[in-house]
Amino acid sequence: MHALLGVSGLKKVYEGSGRRVEAVRDLTFTVEAGELVCLVGPSGCGKTTLLKCMGGLLTPTAGEVHLAGRKVSGPPPGMAFVFQEYGRSLFPWMRVADNVELPLKQKGLTKARRRELVTDALDSVDLAEAAGAYPWQLSGGMQQRVAIARALAYEPEVLLMDEPFAAVDAQTRADLEDLVRRLWRERGITILFVTHDIDEAVYLGERVIVLSASPTVVQEQLKVDLPDERDQLHTRVAPRFAELRTHVYEQIQAAKRGVVRDAAVTKSDTPPLH
Amino acid sequence: MRLQNAALGAAGLAAFLALGEAVPRLGLVKEEYFPPTSRIARAFADELSDGTFWTALGDTLTGWALGLAIAASAGIVIGVIVSVVPYLREATASTIEFLRPIPSVALIPLAVLLYGSELRSVLLLVVYASFWQVLIQTLYGVQDVDPVADETARSYGLGTWARIRHVLWPTALPYVMTGVRLAAAVALILAITGELVMGAPGLGARIAVAQNSQAVPEMYALIVVTGILGLLINVGARTVERRALAWHQSVRGEVAV
Amino acid sequence: MKRLLLRLVLVLALPALLVVVWWLASDSSTDVFWPPLRTILRTFPDVWTADRLRDDVLPSIWRLTAGYALAAGAGVAVGTVIGSYRRVRAVCEPVLEFLRAVPPPVLIPVIMLFAGIGDTMKVTVIASGCVWPILLNTVEGVRAVDPVMLETARSYGITGQSRLRNLVLRSASPQIFAGLRQALSIGIILMVISEMFAASNGIGFTIVQFQRSFAVPDMWTGILVLGLLGFLLSVLFQLVERRVLAWYHGLRASARRSP
Repeated sequence: MHALLGVSGLKKVYEGSGRRVEAVRDLTFTVEAGELVCLVGPSGCGKTTLLKCMGGLLTPTAGEVHLAGRKVSGPPPGMAFVFQEYGRSLFPWMRVADNVELPLKQKGLTKARRRELVTDALDSVDLAEAAGAYPWQLSGGMQQRVAIARALAYEPEVLLMDEPFAAVDAQTRADLEDLVRRLWRERGITILFVTHDIDEAVYLGERVIVLSASPTVVQEQLKVDLPDERDQLHTRVAPRFAELRTHVYEQIQAAKRGVVRDAAVTKSDTPPLH
Repeated sequence: MRLQNAALGAAGLAAFLALGEAVPRLGLVKEEYFPPTSRIARAFADELSDGTFWTALGDTLTGWALGLAIAASAGIVIGVIVSVVPYLREATASTIEFLRPIPSVALIPLAVLLYGSELRSVLLLVVYASFWQVLIQTLYGVQDVDPVADETARSYGLGTWARIRHVLWPTALPYVMTGVRLAAAVALILAITGELVMGAPGLGARIAVAQNSQAVPEMYALIVVTGILGLLINVGARTVERRALAWHQSVRGEVAV
Repeated sequence: MKRLLLRLVLVLALPALLVVVWWLASDSSTDVFWPPLRTILRTFPDVWTADRLRDDVLPSIWRLTAGYALAAGAGVAVGTVIGSYRRVRAVCEPVLEFLRAVPPPVLIPVIMLFAGIGDTMKVTVIASGCVWPILLNTVEGVRAVDPVMLETARSYGITGQSRLRNLVLRSASPQIFAGLRQALSIGIILMVISEMFAASNGIGFTIVQFQRSFAVPDMWTGILVLGLLGFLLSVLFQLVERRVLAWYHGLRASARRSP
């Protein structure tokens, strides 16, 4: 059996105005169909760069990304992206339902099918009643749910989520985490979830991939053997959860010490302007 | 990157000039209507060596500067008064909304009757048109004053005058600068238009004379002069704005008015 | 109810006061150039008859509409192209800066050479003056499209026509409207001026005729008509703008509430 999503030898170097920044050095890992994998690493370790390479938004300097056996050389139709900046990812001039529907129009689906998918997606994120609102009339958490609904309606094989809950408050964040778990279990989609929050990674993931500091390599891969049924109240106080998060925490600390040894590298998570 | 942009820009300009040379030379348009660049350049050089040209330029700039100065002072003073005096803003809003879109050129016949083809005719147009630019931006600027800052100043016992000086004016200044910059461009347009239509002395009148005597290359050269003048005013105003506001955290975007 | 009444008073008080002052101050005026407001208003219906509206006002509005529409189409189309490509922008920028800086009315003599003195000349003059603010604002708007939105569109396969219509032009629309607004006032100016230069009908032509024949009250009514036209067009523009940019005003208001 081969993996749904494969990253092999990925390397990304930014070159601009005399500066050369190696954001990702050499990354290799796979994601099986139906898995929920969390990528976690110290801030500034090139997580966003990696995800953008996988989503076909950036061309890697070396190495390859494969989706379902095909090489990714541009945004593949089987992938949907949820960005951290929900406020800038939804189109403010379109109502919520239109935002969700727009990518489907491009796919050439019939009107009836589009409506069905939009309603279904908004229902699963509990925003059916907000279909006629503009995104800026909603709270931050609701906006991110719209972005998730847009991704669901797109019916992707893989859902890429780039620190999607970094900009919302703690309570909303917990709700959104449970939403992602529920959607994953209900729909059986493959999710790759990038975060800098260790608790979030362990709570959400079936597997956690710990990245090193920039220039990035895989520090460790960890199977999360918590039960399928998780909830904020009990899972987070379970002894196994504490063990796992301590382990990941230590790995990240080790990764950070790597930064100190190699002081020449940049700490920026976002690519330099070019 | 900047160097590359400058090179590309220079290339664009060169291509534009070359096109101006080639199009009439190839007979795509009649040469007497659209003289080649080189012919316009010669007429341009002739103008520069002509004393009356410099007088006309001086006249135009006088009308522009005087009109702009009057409009800017009036716009700022009235703008601040209207915003500071209670209820005045609300009471004047409808009048401003009505008067502002009245095209300044509607005043041309009146100006001709009242002042003939004198500087004062031009001033009437220039002042009317540029006044609104400054006034509107001043009003926007004062509206932008942080109520917390104003209350703080009030709670420390600052009087009206001190509050205008230390809270209101610094907040409004970037907007006022934008208003003056826009007004400077409008004032030039109206100064030259007034001269062109009413025959008041200046570059506009010189263009009209060139047109009437079929001196086409001279006409083009004078139009180029007005363009360069406009360009210098735009660039100059932007530079002044940036210098004066270097202290400001963000030189603001324009308010769409 | 009381607030509404207060608002109404605030809106109407000053205009009413101004009209009254004008009326009283000019009432016994014997100055030929400042006729009493009473005389002007009495002259108004005699001058602006239905025939005159058809023969002079309509042609003016037609020229303005045609020139303005041409400028809007060309400005948005060319501006979108220039704004989308950094290199094209770098090549065009100095030339555009220069062309924008030329005071539009000086183009009238040039355009008269090519297009004579008919309607073509007036429409061309209006279009060539209006196009610059629209074009340059479109360039700015297209250039400033949010990179996250562009990436969103790319990752969801929104490309080509759909990207242009649903993302680029919509995102640039506040700036495009700012340009259209500037262009409207330039358009009215050019409409009047080009008719003053050479025409056999139109509002500008009529007013100059009155001025030349020293029909001062008639001339004043012409000024009033121009003022009214400017005001009405500005109201019309605002109505359209509020509708099209409703999302933008809402977005700004919500951003102000929660910074």
